[in-house]
Amino acid sequence: MRWTRSLSELAPPALLVVVVGVVGSGTSPARQIDFQTALVSVAIVVALYVFVGNSGVLSFGQISFAAVGGYAAGVMTVPVELKVGTLPALAPLLRDHTIGNLPSLLLAAAFGAVYAALVALPLMRLSGLAAGIATFAVLEITHNILHEWTKIGPGAGVLSLVPETTGMLQATLGALVVMAIAYGYQRTRFGRQLRATREDPAAAQAVGISVHRQRLIAFTLSGGLSGFAGALYVHQIGSLTADQLYLELTFLSLAMLVVGGATSLWGAVVGALAVSGLDSFLGQAESGVNIGFTLNLPTGTRLVAVGAVMALVLVLRPTGITGGREFSLTWLRQLRRKERTA
Amino acid sequence: MTVIGAVDAQNLVDALGLGAIYGLMAVGIGLVFGVLRLVNFAYGQLIMAGAFTLAYASRAGWSTWQAILACFGVVIALSLVMEVTVFRPLRTRSPAVMLVATFAVSFLLQSIALLVVLKVQGQVGIPASTVAQLAQAVTIGGVDVRKVTIVALVVAIVALSGLALLLGKTTVGLQMRAAATDFTTARLLGVSANRVITLAVLLAGVIAAAVAVLLTASQSYVTSDFALHDMIIVLVGVVVGGIDRLWTATLGGFAIGFTRGVINGALPTDKSVYLPSALFALVILVLILRPAGLFAGGRSSVVDRV
Repeated sequence: MRWTRSLSELAPPALLVVVVGVVGSGTSPARQIDFQTALVSVAIVVALYVFVGNSGVLSFGQISFAAVGGYAAGVMTVPVELKVGTLPALAPLLRDHTIGNLPSLLLAAAFGAVYAALVALPLMRLSGLAAGIATFAVLEITHNILHEWTKIGPGAGVLSLVPETTGMLQATLGALVVMAIAYGYQRTRFGRQLRATREDPAAAQAVGISVHRQRLIAFTLSGGLSGFAGALYVHQIGSLTADQLYLELTFLSLAMLVVGGATSLWGAVVGALAVSGLDSFLGQAESGVNIGFTLNLPTGTRLVAVGAVMALVLVLRPTGITGGREFSLTWLRQLRRKERTA
Repeated sequence: MTVIGAVDAQNLVDALGLGAIYGLMAVGIGLVFGVLRLVNFAYGQLIMAGAFTLAYASRAGWSTWQAILACFGVVIALSLVMEVTVFRPLRTRSPAVMLVATFAVSFLLQSIALLVVLKVQGQVGIPASTVAQLAQAVTIGGVDVRKVTIVALVVAIVALSGLALLLGKTTVGLQMRAAATDFTTARLLGVSANRVITLAVLLAGVIAAAVAVLLTASQSYVTSDFALHDMIIVLVGVVVGGIDRLWTATLGGFAIGFTRGVINGALPTDKSVYLPSALFALVILVLILRPAGLFAGGRSSVVDRV
């Protein structure tokens, strides 16, 4: 019974991601980039969900772990002979070594997790707005250091010539790995305890749950997955600047999560795919697209439409597209029944 | 020594002006937070809308007073629209949903501004010259004081005293304070939620319009991310100061503006690259030691630590 439930909850979002990967593989190389971006967004948003969704505490810091992971994976995979030219000020340890694709992904996850754990130790004592602003301060500090310190990266410049190993396969598998870990976590007693603190902190503490410890675990796991997602990101684009993994992506990934439904994995996946899908469709429409008639929107419409849709979903359906529930057939049936009676 | 002394006085005066502007923004954020428990991230975009109104008014050749009047009209109207279409439906939702909704609104308004400017101008920003004479300086005792600094200080003092009178001496002010302390009980005792919230949003809108004029006078090129960064810094200041009470929030906003002004003026740029890190590390430290806010006093009304 437990296993069938797990399967019925994890399989639909996994299937959706696989379908996106397979459909994407059949398109032109230029279109494939949109699909890969959507899949990497899934990884980033699900990593964010592990903490924000399960704990109910807003964090603006998760993208900084993605940035740390992205930089670690990027700097370490640029071939040694190219680093001398592009990253002259790099510390010797980083300059003289290069690692492969898979080790770089694992390294990024480790960096993200360790950094997140260090940050979480003091910060997870906070909650509410103070926690939000404190994690925001982490984002600012990380961005500032990555932007200025040329011993560990390109500083204000562009980290370029990173091997573009995140193709459709790696993007799909990467998203699936992150989802599987996120789902596995939320089914453990740690995950359940954290969700209990989200629903009622006082009651959870009364039955002996340590809010601090549970948030610490989730924050660290989320940091590790964010680092991994950041590595997928840099390997997909092949270059990175400090501004790419900063404010805009922080807001966008939070918006994707809330639009999908912040309290379920299904919601995180749906939100990431829906917003990325809309974004790339409108991006195409700005350069003219044929959908029965030729749609040609002025440049900049894309952002307006994405913003309007996000605001509309939040106002009309504050629990997100999925209502913050995991996928279930009974839910579909109920929905159908409601439609029939309505 | 006298040279350094003069530079310091100059620096302090400029910092005071920035502190006054940030303090006003903090009042606007704190007012709405008090009654709605909502951090309005789109507050910066209200200011941006005001700045664009000034910019377009100066293109159309309107006089300064007409432009400022138009700015107030647009910003106040936009605040009320935001209250009716976004805040009101989400009033009972969790703070996270409300905050993200205001992100979405902020993002939307920025994209509209970008679209309009790109479409109309073919460039990213437009100059606003109509209030530029405010940026001129007068020399007082060897220190160049820009008129906008004086105006900012006067506006801040007038606005704060007006607000103190309103909150302290009128019935509706009493109702607002009651609602900020305990909204449910206040409603039970007959305080009209819509009336109190609308008034708070309206007052915040008036302040946003005033800030738009002041900021446009000091940075006269208006882009779609106008006031965005200022807004983020003020938000940090407000939480560090103590968002639960209007005065501590305002003090937090003023303090962070003043500090930023002093540091920006005092340090050469090559020395200050890691300054944001130091500032934000300080912010984290304050939040850990005093989660209710630096100026919040001994009482801790909200459980902010676990």
